[in-house]
Parts: sequence; structure tokens; C-alpha cells
Amino acid sequence: MEPAGGPPSRLQAQGKRYGERAIRWLLASCAILSVLTTTLIVVSLLGPTIGFFEIVPAKEFFFEIDWTPQFKPPSFGVLGIVAGTVNVTLWAMVFAIPIGLGSAVYLSEYASPRVRKTIKPALEVLVGIPTVAIGFFAVSFILPELIVPLWPGEFLGGAEGKPFMALAAALGIGLMVVPIIASLSDDAMRAVPRGLHEGAYALGATKAKVATRVVFPAALSGIAASIVLAISRALGETMIVVLAGGGTPKFTLNPVESIQTMTAYIANTATGDIATGTIKYESIFAVGAVLFVMTLIMNVISIRLVRKYREVYD
Amino acid sequence: MEAGGASAPRNRLAVAGARATTEAMLRGQPRRDVIRNAIFAGLLLLAIGIALAGLLALLIQAFAKGSSALSPDLITNPPSTAFPDKAGYRPAIIGSLELIAGVLLFVVPIGVGAALYLEEYADNSRWWNRLIEVNIQNLAAVPSIIYGILGLAFLVRGPLDLGFILVAGSMTLALLVLPMVIIAAREALRAVPNSIRQGSLALGATQWQTIRRQVLPASIPGIATGVILAVSRALGETAPLLLVGATVFVTFDPTPFGTDGYSAMPVQIFNYALRPQDEFQALAAAGIILMLVVLLAMNSFAIWLRNRYEQRW
Repeated sequence: MEPAGGPPSRLQAQGKRYGERAIRWLLASCAILSVLTTTLIVVSLLGPTIGFFEIVPAKEFFFEIDWTPQFKPPSFGVLGIVAGTVNVTLWAMVFAIPIGLGSAVYLSEYASPRVRKTIKPALEVLVGIPTVAIGFFAVSFILPELIVPLWPGEFLGGAEGKPFMALAAALGIGLMVVPIIASLSDDAMRAVPRGLHEGAYALGATKAKVATRVVFPAALSGIAASIVLAISRALGETMIVVLAGGGTPKFTLNPVESIQTMTAYIANTATGDIATGTIKYESIFAVGAVLFVMTLIMNVISIRLVRKYREVYD
Repeated sequence: MEAGGASAPRNRLAVAGARATTEAMLRGQPRRDVIRNAIFAGLLLLAIGIALAGLLALLIQAFAKGSSALSPDLITNPPSTAFPDKAGYRPAIIGSLELIAGVLLFVVPIGVGAALYLEEYADNSRWWNRLIEVNIQNLAAVPSIIYGILGLAFLVRGPLDLGFILVAGSMTLALLVLPMVIIAAREALRAVPNSIRQGSLALGATQWQTIRRQVLPASIPGIATGVILAVSRALGETAPLLLVGATVFVTFDPTPFGTDGYSAMPVQIFNYALRPQDEFQALAAAGIILMLVVLLAMNSFAIWLRNRYEQRW
């Protein structure tokens, strides 16, 4: 900065500016707290999980399908509640992916700027609705007023008279994640350069063709990221499944069965004051660790995908 | 055309051929394409229609079920199993307000501090700064119940051993929404153009003086928007609170450090929703209306704030 050999620069700071350095470190420590949070999550899950595996063999935990901690002797086959989570997530996605992507294509390719400006925030209101409200809606409206009357008779065992079922929770979660898919996919599709649209139109492509053959593939990694993020949210959703999914662990993907998910098990077991060090207390952490790893994988994939589409068009 | 004579018939032939092809294309193809296009557009409208109908149905159902329980009792009275027609949400409302105050206290300094470091100081080519960045993105998508487990293992029991007190709930919720605040604050800081910083530095201000007097004031609306959205998320969270001791039946006004338990709006709604009797279902729905009104007001305020004070550089 200073001219070589010139007079001593008046622009140089007089002192060492300890205050500036202290502030820098103070702010850095705030940022480090975020890494610390992740570390704490891993450590807090790991400790009791190790204790859990000293009693329950890993083979039973990972390969058995009966999750019956309340029985004597208890059985801890985590697949019994992993199945519940997968069941709910699967049917939630069957609902949310077409609805979310349809909405996104409509918003980015068809809607006029004014329509878009009103519909998108309206849709995003759904993200802000507490999940306990969506769970209440699922169990007291979606299930009795939609699923039961519309379900085809005895198909898959019938829906009549069931107070809880995976499908009710799945539709509630679907409703919750539709705006995530719609909003993020819309952003991804709008990031596709206008030139690609115009080129396709010039070649005589119709609007539907431009949307499905040009814009959609060009935005695919962003769209995939939105879906993966939605799956991650669905895997971790708790209140909707606690209220609408039931509480019976079942190794099935049948949507009209009452099931229990990993999150619902954690919430149901941890409510109230359970004693530290018991196998039940430790099982919460073991299940939490499985859930954490599953969502971590989804999040890493999603972060990678987002980075990919940013690189292409930024 | 100057060539005249011999090439004229060939030219005419070529033009006729081109016209025939074009007309065939324009006539034949669209027929099917028009129908396909219409069907496609119809399906898209159906998709967005279903999504919006779902939202609308949720709101209507809450009002239909809860309107009978809407009364001042809802706010002033404690919950009761014996007299559901007089029961309310008083301890839950107070609990939620205290929780949110705590969340703000934790999350604003730490979140803004972390964002300032990442945007103003950190060198993004360093691996540890990139690690912090990816880590924050991941934390934003960790299931809320996992934060509950963290709170249970580290705050309520374990190292901090606070017990099942409201402050532990506040801290758990603060950790949950911290990534949201950091991400929003970073975006707000990034929107401040570099010329402002350079101008300030050129006039002899130190980096912190630049941040405090130029960058921060310019980005406050954006940061405030992010904070409000994060707080509204924290307000609606139930699952983590179940693990850190928001016990469901609290009939007294909770205090921040009281060991007798505390409650929060969503937890109380959850408790009413679990009871099959119509009176409790109505109470749950009325609680949902109350929460939706508050949340909608907060979110609208956040959007208004952003639009009102957003600076175009």
C-alpha cells in the first residue's frame, strides 16, 4: 500500500487495533457455534447409541422387522419403524411431486407476472403453517372427509372406520412439501436462460414442448434438489404423523394401515419424564441416529445438486 | 431473378414446394398440438388448484370447527379437562411469548454475528470457512425433532443439566432457527454493494466502523425480515419442545426458570387435538385459528418490512 521509501504513511493505523481483532474473533466464534451444533448433535446421538448397542445386538436392530420395546422381552428391529417412515414419505411424494412440479411449471412458464405474484406467496403461506395444524387437518378432515368416502371399497383392506392411517399423514405431509417443491423448482426453471426458450419457439415448438423438453431438462438438477429436500423434510416430519399416522409399528408400505414412524416413536417415547440410562431412553437416540443419517444423506445430495445448477447458469 | 429464363421455372417450383411444406406444417401439426397443449395447461392448472384448495380447506376447516370456541376465555383462561367450555390457552400463550423472547435473545446476536463473519471477514477459499457454509446449509434441513434430542441430551440433562425449564426450550428453538437467521442475514449483507464498503474504507474507517456505520444499517430491513420469519417458525414448532419438557397440562403461568413445567401454544393445541370429544376438538381448532392469525400477521409484517425498506442500489 505505501509507496516504497516514501515518508511514513499517515494512512497507517496508529495502534495495533486490538478491538478490531477481538471483534473479528467474536464474530468468528458465532460462526463456529454452528459447527459446534452439528458436533453436539453427533456426540449427543452417539453416546447413548453406543450404550444401546451394548445391550441390543446390531444384527437385531438393523435386520429384524419387529419394533416392540414395550413387550417382554422387547424386540428392537428398527425396520419396523423405518418402514413406517418410508411408507409415509413414499405416498407423500406420490402426491407432492406431480402437484408441486405442475405448480412450478405453471408458475414459471404459463402464469402472467401478476398471477405469479399473488399465487406464489399464497402457496408459501403453507410453509409457515405449524405442522400441528396440518396434522389436525389430516386427522379430522383429510381422513374422514376425503380418504374414507373416496377409497375404493375393500381395496388393500379398506379405509372404513380407521381412525389413523399412513395415507392421511402422507397427504398432510404432501400438502406441507408441495410449496417447497413448487417454489424451488420454479426458481430453478426461471434460472434457465431466455435464449433457450426463444430458440425452441423459433424452431416451431409449442408451449408444452418448450416446458417439458427444454426448460424442464435444463433445470433438472435444481428440480431434483427441491424433491430431495422435500423428501428430507418428509422423513423428519413429526407432528403430522403423530396425529394422523397412528402408533402401531408395522412393516408395510400399505397406505391404509396405521403405522408408526421413527419420529413418532421418538416423540411418543420422550414425552414425559423417562429415566436416563434405561434401554427405552437409549433407544430414542439410536432411532434418532438412524433418522439423522438418512436426512444427512438427503441434505448432502440436495446441496450438491443445487451447487451443480448454480455452476451451469451463474 | 436477374438470371431470368432458364432458372425461373425451377425457382417457381422451389417456392411452391416450400409453401406447400409450410402450409402442411401449419395446418396438420397444430390440430393435435392445440389439444395436447390445452390438456397440458389444464393439468398444470389442476395441480396448482389442488395445492391452493388444500390450503383453503385447511383454513375453512379450522374456522368451521373452532368458531364455536372463539371467545375471550381462550386467551384469559387456563386449560381444563373438567370444564372444556371454559378452558383456554393462557399458560400456553405466556409460555410461547417467553420462549420467543428467549429465542430472540439468543438468535439475533449469534446469527447476525455469524453472518457478519462469513460475509465480511471469512476468506471463502479456506476449507474451514467452506465447511462452516456447508454445515449451515445442512443444519437448516436437520429434522426439528433431532434438535429436541440435542436439547434433551445437552441442555436438559448432560453437561448443562438445566432441567426441564423454559429457558432450555428457548435455547433448543434458538439452535433450530439459527441457520435460517444466518442464511437470511447473509443475503441481506450481500445485497449491500461493495462500493459502500470501499467508500467507507477509503475515508479511513476501520473494517468494524465500516460494518457498524454503513453495512449493518443498510441491511437491517433484510435481517429483520429473516429474524421475523425464523421466529414465526420457532413459534409453530412442537416436536422439539415435547422432548425438552413442555409438559402438556400446565394450568399456571410459566416462568423462565420454573421447574414445575411450562407449555407453549402448539403443544397445548396438540394436547387438545389428541382428545376425541367435540369440545376439545373445537378448542384445538380455535387455538389453530389464533396461531394462524398471529403467524400470518408476522409474515405479512415481514414482507411489508422488506418491500418498504428494501433499498435499490
